[in-house]
Amino acid sequence: MSSSSKTPYLMTGPGVLFFAALLGVPMLLTFLLSLHAYDFNTGVVPGWTLTNYVDVLGDSYFHKIFGRTFGLALLVTVICALIGAPEAYILSRLSNPWRSIFLLVVLGPLLISVVVRTLGWALFFGGKGVLTMVAQGLGFTDAPVSLMFTFTGMTIALVHVLVPFMVISVWASLQKIDPQSEDAALTLGASKFTVLRRITLPQAMPGILSGSIIVFALTASAFATPAIIGGRRMKVVATAAYDEYLSTLNWPLGATIAVLLLFANIVIIVSYNKLVERRFSKVFE
Amino acid sequence: MPFLTLSNLTKSFGEFTAVKDMTLSIEKGEFISLLGPSGCGKTTTLQMIAGLLEPSAGRILLDGKDITKTPPNKRGLGIVFQSYALFPHMTALENVAFGLEMRGVGKAERVERAHKALQQVKLDQFTHRFPKEMSGGQRQRVALARALVIEPPVLLLDEPLSNLDAKLREDMRIELRLLQQDIGVTTILVTHDQEEALSMSDRIVVMKDGDIAQIAAPLDLYERPANTFVSDFVGKTNLISGTTTGPDSVTVDEEDLSLPGHGQPTGQTVTLSIRPEKFHLSSDQTGHEVQVRAAIFLGSSWLYRVESSMGDLFVTQPNTGMPGFGRGDKARISWPEGAMTLFSEAA
Repeated sequence: MSSSSKTPYLMTGPGVLFFAALLGVPMLLTFLLSLHAYDFNTGVVPGWTLTNYVDVLGDSYFHKIFGRTFGLALLVTVICALIGAPEAYILSRLSNPWRSIFLLVVLGPLLISVVVRTLGWALFFGGKGVLTMVAQGLGFTDAPVSLMFTFTGMTIALVHVLVPFMVISVWASLQKIDPQSEDAALTLGASKFTVLRRITLPQAMPGILSGSIIVFALTASAFATPAIIGGRRMKVVATAAYDEYLSTLNWPLGATIAVLLLFANIVIIVSYNKLVERRFSKVFE
Repeated sequence: MPFLTLSNLTKSFGEFTAVKDMTLSIEKGEFISLLGPSGCGKTTTLQMIAGLLEPSAGRILLDGKDITKTPPNKRGLGIVFQSYALFPHMTALENVAFGLEMRGVGKAERVERAHKALQQVKLDQFTHRFPKEMSGGQRQRVALARALVIEPPVLLLDEPLSNLDAKLREDMRIELRLLQQDIGVTTILVTHDQEEALSMSDRIVVMKDGDIAQIAAPLDLYERPANTFVSDFVGKTNLISGTTTGPDSVTVDEEDLSLPGHGQPTGQTVTLSIRPEKFHLSSDQTGHEVQVRAAIFLGSSWLYRVESSMGDLFVTQPNTGMPGFGRGDKARISWPEGAMTLFSEAA
C-alpha cells in the first residue's frame, strides 16, 4: 500500500479515536449496564438479563412518560415549523441591514446557555412571575397563574429554545429557490398568495422537514428544560433516566430507559428520513 | 396601429438610469430583438414589459390598452426566463399546465392542451419527468411550452439560449424562429449574442447605456450600421481612423482611398469600417501590400490577421479547399468601394 492511500485513514484517525473513546465506549457501557439486574441491598447483580427491558416495556408508568415525551416532541416540532417557516420566509424577504439584524435576533438565543434561558422562563412562568403580574394587572384573574410544572410551560420553553434550528434549516432551503420561478408563476397568472402556497412553500419543504428532524430529536432527548420547567411532576424520558440514576440509584434501569430512548429516536428519525428522501429524491438535488 | 408600444419608457435605480426615454413600436407577429452588452438596459426593458419592474416614467400600450399599471399576473404575457425558472417540484406536464390552471381551465382540457404544447416542442416523451431529470435543452423547451400554452399576445424571451451548448443553441435558433412564425406570436428576445439577434429577428433594437443605438432589420443593421458602436458590436469589423482629403477621398496613413460622395467636410477625422469578409486577399499584383501575421483555420473559413500600411486588419476568406496563406506570407488586399462605411466620429 502506498503512503498516499493511507493518508485519509491517518488524517481521520484521531477524530475516530476521539469519538470512539468519548462517545462509543460510554454508549457501549450504558448498553451493557442495562443488561444487568439491580438489587436494592446489593446493587448491580452480575449476570445477563433482559428483566429491565421487560419491566420498562410492561409498566404503564413508563408508557406514560414515553408517550408524554414523544407527544411533546411532536407538538414542539409542529409549533416550531408553524413559527419558524414563516419567520425564515420573512427574513429572506427583508433587505439589509434589517435582514442581518433580525437574523441575529433569531439566532441570538443560541448564544445563551439553555439552562440560563430556561431559568428565565421559570421566573416568567412562576406563581409570582411576570405572567401572573400581567394576568392580574389586566384583571383576568386574582389567583396566581403558573405554567411551572405543566406540559404547556415545557412546550413554550422548548419551542423558544429550538425554533432557531428550524429557522436556519428553512432559511437554507429558501436560499436555494430560484427567485425567477416565483416571477414565472406570477406572470402565468398566479396571485401572490398562490405563488407562496404552490411555488415557494413546496420548494421550502425539504428545509421544513429536515428542521423537523432536528427539532424532534432535540426535544425527545431534551433534559435541561423539562427538568427545570417540568420537574418531577412532568417527567419526560430523559429526566426519568436521570432520576433512576441519581435518586433511586438503579443504574441498570436508568441505562435501560436511556437505551430505549435512543433506539426509539433512531427508529423514528431514520424512517422519517427514508420517507422524505423517497418523496423528494426525484425533485431536489 | 402598432400592437405593442413603449412610449418614453424610463427606469431609474436611484442615481442610475438603466433605461432612458425609450420609445418603440412593435407590430403584431413581429420578432424583435433587444441586443446590447450587459448593463445596457435590455433586461430591464423586458421586465418592465412583463410587469416585474415598475417604470419610473413612460407608458406601455398593448393592443391599444394602457398596461403600465397592470400587475404581471393580469397581463397574460408568456415569458421564458434565462434560468428557465421551472418549478422543480412539478413534472414537465404540471409545469406547462400551471398557467392554464391559474386561468381556471378544467383538468381534462388542461392536460390535453399541456400535452399538445409539449408535443409542439417535441417533448411528448418526457411529460412525467421532473426538471432535475431533464437536460438543459429539454428544460428550455418545457419553459417555452409553458409560456406558449397560455396563448400569450406577446412572448418575452430573456436570453433563452445562453445556457445551452453551441451546437444545440444553433439548432434551437432555427426551431424557435420556425415555431414563432407558425404560431405568429409577437416576440421580444433579449440577447447579448449578435448572431442570435441577426439570425432570428425581423428587427433588431441595439441598446447602449440605456439608449437605443439603432433600430433596423438584420441585413440593414449589418451593412449600414448607424455608428461605430453598432458596427463594432454587430458582427466583426475593422475600424480604421482616417482624414477626408476631398469630397470623394479619404487618406489613411498616407494611403489614399476613393470614397465617392461621403458627404463629410474636407480635413475631418473620420472612421472607416470594413467587415473582414469584404476583403479579398490574393497573391496577384492588385491591391495594397500586406503581410500575414496570423492564420487561423475555422473550417468553413480562414481568419487572418494581416499587417498593412493602415494598421493591423482582420480578414476572413472562405475555405475553397486549397491551402491558405501562412504566417509571414506576403499578399495583396483589395475591397470594393461599397464595403466601406464612414463615420464622422473618431474610433
